[in-house]
Amino acid sequence: MAINYADKIPNNVDLAENKQLQRALEHWQPKYLDWWREMGPESSVNHDVYLRTAVSVDAKGWAEFGYVKMPDYRWGIFLTPPEKDRLVPFGSHKGEHAWNEVPGEYRSTLRRIIVTQGDTEPASVEQQRLLGQICPSLYDLRNLYQVNVEEGRHLWAMVYLLHAYFGRDGREEGEALLERRSGDADKPRILGAFNEKTPDWLSFFMFTFLTDRDGKYQLAALAESGFDPLARSTRFMLTEEAHHLFVGETGIGRILQRTAEVMNEQKTDDPEKLRRCGVIDIPTIQKYLNFHFSVTLDLYGSEVSSNASNFFQMGLKGRFEEEKLKDDHRLSDAEYPILEPVGERLVEKHHPALLALNERLRDDYIKDCQGGVDRWNKTLEKMGVKTKLTLPHKAFHRKIGVFAESHISPDGKVLSEADWTRHSSDWVPTKADHEHVQSVMKREVEPGKYASYIAPPARGINNQPHGFEYVKFH
Amino acid sequence: MVSRQHLIDPELCIRCNTCESVCKPKAITHDSRNYVVDFDKCNACGDCLPPCPTGAIDNWRNVTTPWSLDVQLTWDMLPPEGDAPTTTEPAATIEAGASEVPDEVRALEREAQRAQGGEAPPPWSAAHPYVGLYSKQRPAIATVSGNYRLTEPSSPVDIRHIVLDFGRTAMPVLEGQSIGILPPGRDEHGREHHVRLYSVASPRNGERPGYNNVALTVKRVTEDREGRPTRGVASNYLCDLRVGDKVSVVGPFGASFLMPNHPGAKLLMVCTGTGSAPMRAMTERRRRRMNLAEGGEILLFFGARKPEELPYFGPLQKLPKSLIDVEFAFSRDERYARGYVQDRMLARADKVGEWLESDDCFVYLCGHKRMEDGVLEAFAKIAERRGQSWSALRELMRAEGRFHVETY
Repeated sequence: MAINYADKIPNNVDLAENKQLQRALEHWQPKYLDWWREMGPESSVNHDVYLRTAVSVDAKGWAEFGYVKMPDYRWGIFLTPPEKDRLVPFGSHKGEHAWNEVPGEYRSTLRRIIVTQGDTEPASVEQQRLLGQICPSLYDLRNLYQVNVEEGRHLWAMVYLLHAYFGRDGREEGEALLERRSGDADKPRILGAFNEKTPDWLSFFMFTFLTDRDGKYQLAALAESGFDPLARSTRFMLTEEAHHLFVGETGIGRILQRTAEVMNEQKTDDPEKLRRCGVIDIPTIQKYLNFHFSVTLDLYGSEVSSNASNFFQMGLKGRFEEEKLKDDHRLSDAEYPILEPVGERLVEKHHPALLALNERLRDDYIKDCQGGVDRWNKTLEKMGVKTKLTLPHKAFHRKIGVFAESHISPDGKVLSEADWTRHSSDWVPTKADHEHVQSVMKREVEPGKYASYIAPPARGINNQPHGFEYVKFH
Repeated sequence: MVSRQHLIDPELCIRCNTCESVCKPKAITHDSRNYVVDFDKCNACGDCLPPCPTGAIDNWRNVTTPWSLDVQLTWDMLPPEGDAPTTTEPAATIEAGASEVPDEVRALEREAQRAQGGEAPPPWSAAHPYVGLYSKQRPAIATVSGNYRLTEPSSPVDIRHIVLDFGRTAMPVLEGQSIGILPPGRDEHGREHHVRLYSVASPRNGERPGYNNVALTVKRVTEDREGRPTRGVASNYLCDLRVGDKVSVVGPFGASFLMPNHPGAKLLMVCTGTGSAPMRAMTERRRRRMNLAEGGEILLFFGARKPEELPYFGPLQKLPKSLIDVEFAFSRDERYARGYVQDRMLARADKVGEWLESDDCFVYLCGHKRMEDGVLEAFAKIAERRGQSWSALRELMRAEGRFHVETY
C-alpha cells in the first residue's frame, strides 16, 4: 500500500477520499507543529538530523534514512494493511468479525483507552526536551531525536483514530492532547510516570528501556483489539517502538561498559574513585534501575481491576500475544495468582483471571525486562566485573495497587516505616546521586567523540561509519 | 552441498519481536532466551532485515548441515565462522557461489549509488561478477608490487597508482568492481578499522596482462569534506606502502556498475579525481581489444582542479581518437578555460544528446558527491532541449542497466 505524499498529510488510509476528516486533520496539523516548536526538543528546529522515516508500511519501505529538519519530518498516518476476514480474537465477541466502526456501547471506553495511550506520546517528548543540550555524542543526540519524532508520529496515529471515529468528542480530545503538559500541576499528563522528570541521559536510557517497554506491552495488548483500526495502528507503532527499546538497552549497556573499563583501568570498585574518573558507579545505576522500574510497574494499574476485565470482555484490549495463547480466550473459569502483603509477609492469592489482567501484563513485562538485565550482566561478566544488576521485587517502591501502603525492600521483604527510612537512600537515587550523574552530563558534539561516562556503540545507525555526522548544526 | 543459513546474533538481539512479527513464512520464533530462524521455513526474503533495530538479524553462514532450532535456542553467542558444520576452503565457497556482502559494504554501496535513483541491473552484456569471495574473517593477502605517484611532484595533491599482486590466490575482478582494504591496527576505541572500498583501475586480465594483479587509484586524504586537516586512515596506509608489503583485502564487491561487452556499445563516462579508476579500467579493457575492431566509442568527461592533479593525464592524451573522445575540465587553472565537467558536457550537447537516445549508450558517473547535481542538471538540460523528459529517460536507462552512479 503506497503512501500518498501528494497530500498534506502522508497516509495510507485514503485520506483524500474523506474530505471532512482530511480538513479536520489539516486543521489539527498546524497546532501540532506549534506544540512541537514549543515543547519539542529545545533549539533543534534548524538541525539537519539523520533520521529514519517510514515511506510505506511494508518491510522494505519503512526505514528510509536521510537528513531531515525535524519540523519537516513526514509525520503521517500509517496502518498495517488489513488482514482479510479478521475475527475478534478474545472476549465475549470472540469469533465475530472484527469491527471497522466503533460499537456504540463501547464508544466512551474505547475513546478513553485511545486518549490514555495517545497522551503518553507527547508527554515523553516533553519530558525529554532539554536532553539534547547535554547529549553524550551526536550518535546519541540523533537517537534521542529519532525517538522524539516517532513519539510524535504515534500521537498522530492516535489522533487519527480520534478524528476518524469519534466525531466532535474525538476532535476535542485531539486538541486536549496538545494542551496538557508533562509535570504541570494545573494540566498534567494523565499517567504518573509521564509527569516525572527526565533530567539526564541515565534517566533517559532507563526510561526508553523500561517505560517505552511498558509502551510495547500496552501497544501489543491493543494490537489484539477487536476494533480493527486500533489494532492496525498499534501494530505499525510496535515496529517503531523497537528502536526506542534498543536505544535504552544499548545506552545502559554502553554506560556499564565504560564504567567496567574504568574499574579495570583503575583496579577499583570504589564509587567515589570511579566518580572522580567521570563515570557512573554501578550502585548508582542500580538505584536508577530500581526507581524507574518501580515507577513503570505502576503504569499497569491495580492488580485487581474491573476496568481491565471490561476492556477484555468487550474485545477492546487483549493479553500479550493473545493469539499465541492456548486457552479459551474468554477466561470464564480461569484463575491467576496475585501477590499481596499480609502482615509481614507477601502471600499469593488466586483471583479470577479476568480481574487480574493488569497483573498478568505486568508479569509478562517483568520477564521481558529480566532478559535485558541478563544481557547487561553478561557485558559486565565479560569485562571481569563481578557486580551484577538485579531487577527489584515487583512490590518494591510501588505507589499504585496492593503494595501502595506497604514498605517493601528490593528483595521483597516487608519493612517497617523506620527500616524503610533508614535504608531507602541505598535503594533509590539520592540528591547526591542525582548531582553526580548531572555533573558528568557534558555535552559532546564532535563527530565520533563520546562523553566520559559512555562507550561508543558497537555499530553505527544504518551501518554508518564511526565518526559519522548524525546531526548537522546551523 | 553448501547452503546459506540465516541466523540471529543472540548477543545483539534485544528481543523486540519485530522480526517475528514481519516474517511471512513464520520462520522466526523465540523462547524466553533467544530468537531463532527455522532453516526449513526461511525463504531469505529479507523482510526482517530493515526493521531490526540492532542488526542482530543480519547473519548468514555457509553450512553443510544447518543448525537446528534446538541448538540455536541454547546459544549465548553465534558460533565462530568456520565452526563445524561450515565449509572452510575458499575454493569450495567459490564453487558454491557464496556471495557474502558485509553490511558495512552494502551501506557504502547504497550511499554511493544514491543519485542513481534506485537499484540498477548490470548491462545486459556484462560478464558475471564474483562477489564477496573474501571476508573480514578470512581476507585475501596481496603483495604490493608497485606504488607510483600519478600527480606532479609540485602538486599538493598526492594520487597514487598502487599495484597489488595476489599470487596464487584467486581474485577475479571486473572493470567497475571494487575491492575492500582492511587497514591494520585499531582505531582510538580499540576496534578494528572499517573496510574501505576502492574501485579497481585495471582491466579483468590484470594490470599487467596475464598476471594476477590489480591496480588501485588512491588519493592521500589530508583534509575532511569541510577542508579541516585530517589524516585518512586507509588512504595514508595505502599511499605509504612499499613494494613487498602485505595487504589484507576483502571482496570483490559490486554487481551493477559493470561494462557492457557487446560490440558497438558506447561508454559515456563522467568522472572527477580518483573517480577515474573504473573509467581507466574500462578504457584499458577496450584499448587491449582495439585490434578486434568491435566498434563503439568512449566519450569521457574528466574534471580536476588543475592538470597536475589529474590522474592518468599524460597516458590519456596519447590514446587514439578512434578509441576515446576526451573532454577535460579544469576548475582552477589559468591555462585552460575554467569550468566543470557539466560545462564541457553542455559544450558537447549534440553528441551527448544523440548518445542518450541510443540503446547502446551506457552512462557511468564516478567521483566526488559534489559533482552530482551539476552533472544531473546538464543531462536534464541536454535531454530537454531535445524534447525528452530526463526523469523518464534516466528511469528507463537505469532500469535497463545503462545508468550507473558511484559518488562519495
